[in-house]
Parts: sequence; structure tokens; C-alpha cells
Amino acid sequence: MSHYKKFLSDKPMSENVIIVNNLSKKFGSFTAVDNISFSVAEGEIFGFLGANGAGKSTTIRILCGLLSPSSGSAVVAGYDVNHQAELVKTRIGYMSQKFSLYEDLTVKENIIFYGGIYGLSNAQIEERMGWIVEMTGLSGSENRLTRELAVGWKQRLALGCAVIHQPRIVFLDEPTSGVDPVFRKNFWELINQFSEQGTTIFVTTHYLDEAEYCNRLMLIHRGRIIAGGSPGELKEIYITNPILEIECDSALEVLEILQKEEWVIESSIFGTYLHIMVRDELEAKHKIKKILSEKSINLKRVDKITPGLEDVFISLIEKPEQSDRL
Amino acid sequence: MFKKLKPVIKKEFRQISRDRRILAVLLFVPTFLLIMFGYALNFDVKHISLAIYDEDRTSDSRNLIEQFIHSEYFELNYYLNNQKEVDKLLDNEKVKLAIIIPNNFSKKLQRGESAEIQIIIDGANANTASIISGYVNSIVQNYSLKIISEIFQHSKILHLNLPLEPRPRLWYNPELVSAKFLVPGLIAFILMITTVISTSLSIVREKERGTIEQIIVSPVQPIQLIIGKTLPYMLLALVSAYLILMVGYLLFDIEVKGSQFLLFLVTLIYLLAGLGMGIFISTVSDSQQVAFQISALLTILPTFILSGFVFPIRNMPLFIQMVTYIIPARYFLVAIRGIILKGSGLGAFWKEIVFLVIFNILIFGLSWLRMRKIKI
Repeated sequence: MSHYKKFLSDKPMSENVIIVNNLSKKFGSFTAVDNISFSVAEGEIFGFLGANGAGKSTTIRILCGLLSPSSGSAVVAGYDVNHQAELVKTRIGYMSQKFSLYEDLTVKENIIFYGGIYGLSNAQIEERMGWIVEMTGLSGSENRLTRELAVGWKQRLALGCAVIHQPRIVFLDEPTSGVDPVFRKNFWELINQFSEQGTTIFVTTHYLDEAEYCNRLMLIHRGRIIAGGSPGELKEIYITNPILEIECDSALEVLEILQKEEWVIESSIFGTYLHIMVRDELEAKHKIKKILSEKSINLKRVDKITPGLEDVFISLIEKPEQSDRL
Repeated sequence: MFKKLKPVIKKEFRQISRDRRILAVLLFVPTFLLIMFGYALNFDVKHISLAIYDEDRTSDSRNLIEQFIHSEYFELNYYLNNQKEVDKLLDNEKVKLAIIIPNNFSKKLQRGESAEIQIIIDGANANTASIISGYVNSIVQNYSLKIISEIFQHSKILHLNLPLEPRPRLWYNPELVSAKFLVPGLIAFILMITTVISTSLSIVREKERGTIEQIIVSPVQPIQLIIGKTLPYMLLALVSAYLILMVGYLLFDIEVKGSQFLLFLVTLIYLLAGLGMGIFISTVSDSQQVAFQISALLTILPTFILSGFVFPIRNMPLFIQMVTYIIPARYFLVAIRGIILKGSGLGAFWKEIVFLVIFNILIFGLSWLRMRKIKI
């Protein structure tokens, strides 16, 4: 196929491969995506972050040509998704959160099928099959039925099938949902490999720890983009106050108590710990110790921490001016 | 076009071959159904259980009874001694017909009066009852004529022949075997059900599992996907159709009298109608369960009742007759019965084929519109 070769040769560097302008999508009276604009540079790992229902999947589906936008435009790999969807399709790979493999076909047959619908020749499919099997670590399992594979392996195979035609951009829609942490880490290493080879990765996730792997992030909340930048930038810009991590008994009770204090800007629970944002570190530490001893609650430790993206996200969506509109 | 079609077709065949159930449904259930229906759906009325209460007990009454015994339609199972037993036998469905010959039967005949006999028929099945009534009438009338002509001959007034003598000859199905009439209908019935259900399910399954998304983001066009997915089922349905014909030949002696090529062509057009319906159903349903229910609803009863398979269309009320125009089996039945039983050519059913083609164009157009609107 001609386009197959072309991917390898004419690759202009650091060009914006995704350009989105004032994109909106309405379902009846519900606005799933509300007038968003952004761009993604070639070779980036671009993370699209948000809670379930924030508009991530809708956006990714518009960019892949699965949905038409209500208004606005999007250019992917140099083509308009509204009018040149067919040209876009040959240049992108897409992996949905459902891992769209045929469970009643073997690993090999799935690869042959996806290679076939992208118009690859038998020789090309053969070559790519070797590569996919090696990359996914599925060698020896080529003739197993896909339904027999564990979720983590299915996910890797789905990724392999999504990039069989060596697309310029890969869209991954919640690729790690339902996969155990070991496989998730593993999977991100795989994504990094692709990125190093020059493939642009557009990934949506609601796991905030995963977002740290991305070069650049966009936070979407209720259909609107509320922040963007590299993980480091986000933390620097949006977390200006110190954050303390508290380890203590009956964390919920402590949360309730601290929320009432005027010097606590934000508070939230992280697993068994509490994170609170305060104005002054030393003053706050002192007050916490005092309050807890008055209530005779056992305090194990209280430390200042480097904020994670969770803290950024909570800080952003709790700001009333960001969340008052739908 | 074909280059991207091929992987889809290959994939579909692989999936079908791996799913033994669908393979069985497509290939063997139809022949099984034919065998079941072929033997069970029997409209022939023969060996009717008969009870006789002969009060008269004369040679005349026995002569009349002989007429019934000698016909292949009746079996004298009960020779009664009182009238009350008649009620019981009819109530328990032991007999379908009871004949009561009163004790003055012979006397009246001898006197040249009209002798009455009482005939009681179980009318629960109106169809069977009217057939039995017909048989009884003809036997009784024949017997009357025989008596009249005997009287004339006896009196030597003149030698009399009956003025009219009907000689009926039945064409196309001379032995009046129901199976001959049914097999073409069953082919229509079975092909419609299997193609509609299998195509709608196979497309909706991809929707349900999300694999269709992966295909829509690829350069494969929806139309290529649909063709690629339905071709294998079409082929299987054809194989199934010929299996039915083969079983029909082996078990019911049904030979195709007309052109094999024409039969193939007509069947192909009919299968397309089924595929079109299957595709349309898959565009309006989101789960395999819904698709199955709609498919079953739209095929099983309409094809059985409204196609002329069992009940003649011209006997239906006008409104129902109008409805039958949207049942593809209606057209196919005329054509296939013509080809198989009468050996007729295209001239006999070209109108039906035109209607069928129009149906196909409409159903595919409708599906295409739906698909474009919702991106499958």
C-alpha cells in the first residue's frame, strides 16, 4: 500500500498533528464537549484527563471520525475530520476501552484481520505480525483464542492491532481500564517505546497517576478544558500553597474537623491519608497537632509533600468559578 | 473494493466455523424442520374414524355401509348397538364421523320413498369437517344413483346411462400429497428465518462487543463491512436451500420440474430480501436479544401465515391481503412452486420477481439511509 511507505518517509518534524478549534458536541440539550480548543505536536504523549463523563471519550471519538461535531473544527494528521474523514482514517490508530478484538479468533487471526482491513499485503502483515508478537510478548500464544488471554494481554494485543499499519497518531481511549497495576506500568513502557519511534500518542485516562507519564496534559471537566501543561507546570501553576499529608487514626473524623477550620484551604482523603492545603506550613502543623491531641486522636505523622496531579485536579475542580457552569 | 472485502469475508467464515451452533442452525436445522413439518403438516384427510349405528339391519343398510368401508377415506372402527354411544365417541374424539341408519330405512327404499340417514360430523376443525362432508355426500349420492339405475334396469323400461359423468384429473400433484405442496413453502419459510436472524445477529454482535468501532475507524467502508459480513451467510443459506431440496427429493419424491438455473436465480433474489431485512433490523437494534426478537417477529409468523404458504391469500380479508404485499415470501412462493411443481418458466411469475426486486431495492435503500444517519 502506498500510504504505508509514506508514513516512514515524509515526516515533517515538530508540526502540530492535531489542531482543534472551538469544538462542541451536543446530545440533545446536554453539552458533552463545550467549545474546546487545543493542539498536539508530533511525537508527543498527550494526556487527556478527566472524570468519567467529563467529555474525554466524546472528544476522542470526534477526532477519530466516529462522531460528527456539533460545531467547530478539528484537523488530524493534516486532514479535516469533518470533510476528509477517510483520509484521516488511514493515518490514525484507535484503541477503545473495550479492546475491540474478536474473542473467537486466535491472536494470529486478529492480527491478520486488522492488517487486512488496513490494506496491508500478506508480506507486510507477516512482518508486522512478527513485530507485534514480539512487542506484546505473546510469542508462543499466536494460535490461542483471544478470549483465553488475560485482560493485560488482550490490551497489549489490541494496541498491537491498532498500530499494525504504523499510523502517525494513536488514539488510546482509557487503555488501562480494568487492567491490574503491574500490567498498567508495563503498558506505559510500551507507549513510551512508540513515542520514541516518533508516533504521536493521544491518550485519555482517569487514573491520575498515569498522567505523570505524559509530556503534556489537558484537564477536562464537564466538557470544558480547565487547565493544560506539562505535569510539572500544572503543579507549579495551580498549587501555590503547601500541601500537608496527615497520617492518623480515624481519618474521616479528622477530615470533618479540619474542614471547619478557616486556615484550611482544601482537604481531601487519599487512601488512608489526608491531604490538606494550607497557607503556612509551620503554623498549620502546629495547629493540627494541637487539635488532634485535644480530641485525643492518635497522630502518626504530618509532612509537607510535593503535590501530585490529584492535588492539582482537586484544587481545580473545587474552584467555584470553574465548576459553576455546565 | 475487493481487497478490503476479503479480510472481512475470511474473518466471518473463521468465526462461523468456530461457532458450531450457528453452523448447525444454518445447515441442519432447516433440513430437520423440513422432515418434521413434512410429516407433521399433513392436510390429507384419510382413514377417518367412523362409527355406525345401524338400527335397520337389513341388506339395504348393509349395502350402504359397504360403500363406506370400501372407500380408502373411512375406517369403520365402531359398530354400535345404541344411539347414546355416538355422543360419547364424538365427545372423546374417538370418531370424526357417525352415521345413524334408522329402522325404517329399508322399508322406505322399497316403497320408493326418500329414506333418511343421519350423518354427524365433528366440526371442531372446519377444514377437515367440510372435506369429510364432501366425501360422505359423494358416497351417498353415488349409492342413490346406483339404486335408481338398478330400479330402471329392473323395470326394463329402458337401458339408462348416467347423463353426466365427471372424470376429474389432478395436475401437478396427482396423488394429492401435502408434502409436495409444502416443500417449496418450507424452503421459503426456512430460508427467510435463517438469513434474517443470522445476518441481523452477526452485525449487532459487532455493535454489542464494540468491534464495529474499530472497523469504522479503519479505511473499510460500512458497505464493505456489510457485504463482507453477509456474503458468507448468503452462501450458507444457499447450501441450506439445496440440502432442503435434496431431502425433499429423498423423502418426499419432490423433483424440480423446471429450470435449475431459474430456481437458483429466484432463490438468490429472495435471499437478498432476507439479508436486506437482517441488515435493516441490525440498524435499529442495539443488542443481539432485541435483534433476535425483531427478526423472529418479522419472519416466522408473517412467512407462515401471510405468504400463502398454508392459507390461500385470496381467501383473506382485503386489508390482510394488502399486508401480504410486503411479505417477500409471498412472491417467492409463487415462483418456486411454479418452478418445482409445474416446471413453469419466467413468463408465469415475472411479476412476482419484479415485486421482489422492488422490495429489495426499498429495504437496502432504507438500511443505507439508517446506516448513514447513525454511522451504523
